[in-house]
Amino acid sequence: MPKSAHLDTSHIQLFPLGDSALVVQFGEVIDVSIHEQVRAFAEYVEVHPFYGFVEQVPAYTTVTVYYNPWLSSLKGKVNPYETVVVWVQEALAKMTSASKKTGKVVKEIPVCYSSEFGPDLKFVAENSGLSEAEVIALHTAPEYLVYMMGFAPGFPYLGGLNLSLATPRKATPRPTIPAGSVGIAGEQTGVYPMQTPGGWQLIGRTPLALFKVHRETPSLLQMGDTVKFVPIRPEEFYQLQTEHHGS
Amino acid sequence: MGLRIEKPGLLTTVQDTGRLGHQKEGVLVSGAMDAMALRMGNLLVGNHENSASLEMTLLGPTITFTQSHLISITGADLSPKINGEAIPLWRPVLVKAGAILTFGTPIQGTRSYLNIAGGLKVEPVLGSASTYLKAGFGGWQGKVLQAGIELDCNELSTHMFPFVKSLENGLGKEAFYATSWRPSPDLLPAYEPNPIIRAVRGPEYDWFSLESKDTFWQTSFQLTAASDRMGYQLEGEKLELQKVLEMLSTAVTFGTVQVPSSGNPIVLMADHQTTGGYPRIAQVITADYSKLAQVVPGRQIQFQEVTLEEAQFLYLKQEQNLERLKQTLSLKFTT
Repeated sequence: MPKSAHLDTSHIQLFPLGDSALVVQFGEVIDVSIHEQVRAFAEYVEVHPFYGFVEQVPAYTTVTVYYNPWLSSLKGKVNPYETVVVWVQEALAKMTSASKKTGKVVKEIPVCYSSEFGPDLKFVAENSGLSEAEVIALHTAPEYLVYMMGFAPGFPYLGGLNLSLATPRKATPRPTIPAGSVGIAGEQTGVYPMQTPGGWQLIGRTPLALFKVHRETPSLLQMGDTVKFVPIRPEEFYQLQTEHHGS
Repeated sequence: MGLRIEKPGLLTTVQDTGRLGHQKEGVLVSGAMDAMALRMGNLLVGNHENSASLEMTLLGPTITFTQSHLISITGADLSPKINGEAIPLWRPVLVKAGAILTFGTPIQGTRSYLNIAGGLKVEPVLGSASTYLKAGFGGWQGKVLQAGIELDCNELSTHMFPFVKSLENGLGKEAFYATSWRPSPDLLPAYEPNPIIRAVRGPEYDWFSLESKDTFWQTSFQLTAASDRMGYQLEGEKLELQKVLEMLSTAVTFGTVQVPSSGNPIVLMADHQTTGGYPRIAQVITADYSKLAQVVPGRQIQFQEVTLEEAQFLYLKQEQNLERLKQTLSLKFTT
């Protein structure tokens, strides 16, 4: 799995997002090797921040680097954007030889798949021409890759759904979806970390809290993690919920 | 103790300059909509510019000061009064214990800031005092302020003692005393009811039809009532893509102008989501965030294109102004 990340930097594009952010684009499609470059650069900039660095947000094919132009320009002495561009180019060049990847972490997410916790399980099964048991088997088989986090706290963008489970979103979104709901939208699958409105087809629910602000690491999942869904019974759901959320 | 909230107002929250460093986990930045007003307001009372203040929206709260405080009110003019008497904005004001702050008719802008020497005392969450309402954390219990609650303030820092003493001498029998001076007007944000908002091209600018590019820069857009701290929903001539292209979700920021398939642009504001998948036609420049933050729903915005170089020049000029203000104030506070 951890292959020597020999970064070919020729295809990497740099462009501004306004006056305080720079986008580093590694490719144009969802792809594991692009993801590894995104992850390597995101980790590099966190460990070796430049003067004026604010934060970085990795996505499928991009890392957006936020900077403070007042600081990165040394209080107006040099061009802030150009300074960050030069830094990024040097960082990318240095990374070509750096290839220390840790082994993958598989995080198990227990999910209770049922019509009670996943009101659209039946619909997804009918839509795919499968039985509910087959849907559960197909959904729990793969190891999903967390390509990115975003939109809401702790929300993972997962890749690896078996395409026979792809189901269109609901025509009308539900006004509230309980936290922990596991859903399918097109070829995506994911878990809602908190109660929100949403149009995904819900097939189950996890008792784990994907985001707890006072936990040492608030987000249960991080970009680059590997996720495996494990089916549980309703009794286990309630038991784990009590343990995990505390009271 | 420090403040007792008698009436909460329309939308009153604790904010600072935002929660940075956690967008990679999906945690929004939040923070003041008009961060420059909050930063200057804090400097005017001798605070660090990032101290926790109250952001008050259109219809302000009623607040009793349970002890004497040095305050400033900055941002929108929502007709602030103490014990019924108008108080000036953008100045240090010493208020007596028991004084009652009320707000009246909004005269200009949407968001006003109450900054208190020492800053509001709230437990920082992930490094910030800002309230993030949807996730329910930060600020005061992650919520909008409610009637009857009391908020603590940090103690006045010792470097401010002589200045506060000098204001006390002017106080007399009145409930408050404002300084005779205020920052030079050219240091303050230039608010306008229907502002021209400068922007640079967004990463997907060239995805839009030639006609829509012209429309974007040459016509004005109305801010609808659905606008909030998350985003400004604009209405005008519809914007169209040359052809529909698939876009992968990627990072967005304050001032990103997205265009969903409806063709009506959305400008992302302080509570914007961390990532999005709609084409980004433009990006508002940082120097115009304050102007943008103060637009009242129903009013018009016209975008004006500038280059990245101009945007960064204006950013640096704004920060230089803030440095000038810091220097001036340090002289005022030590003499």
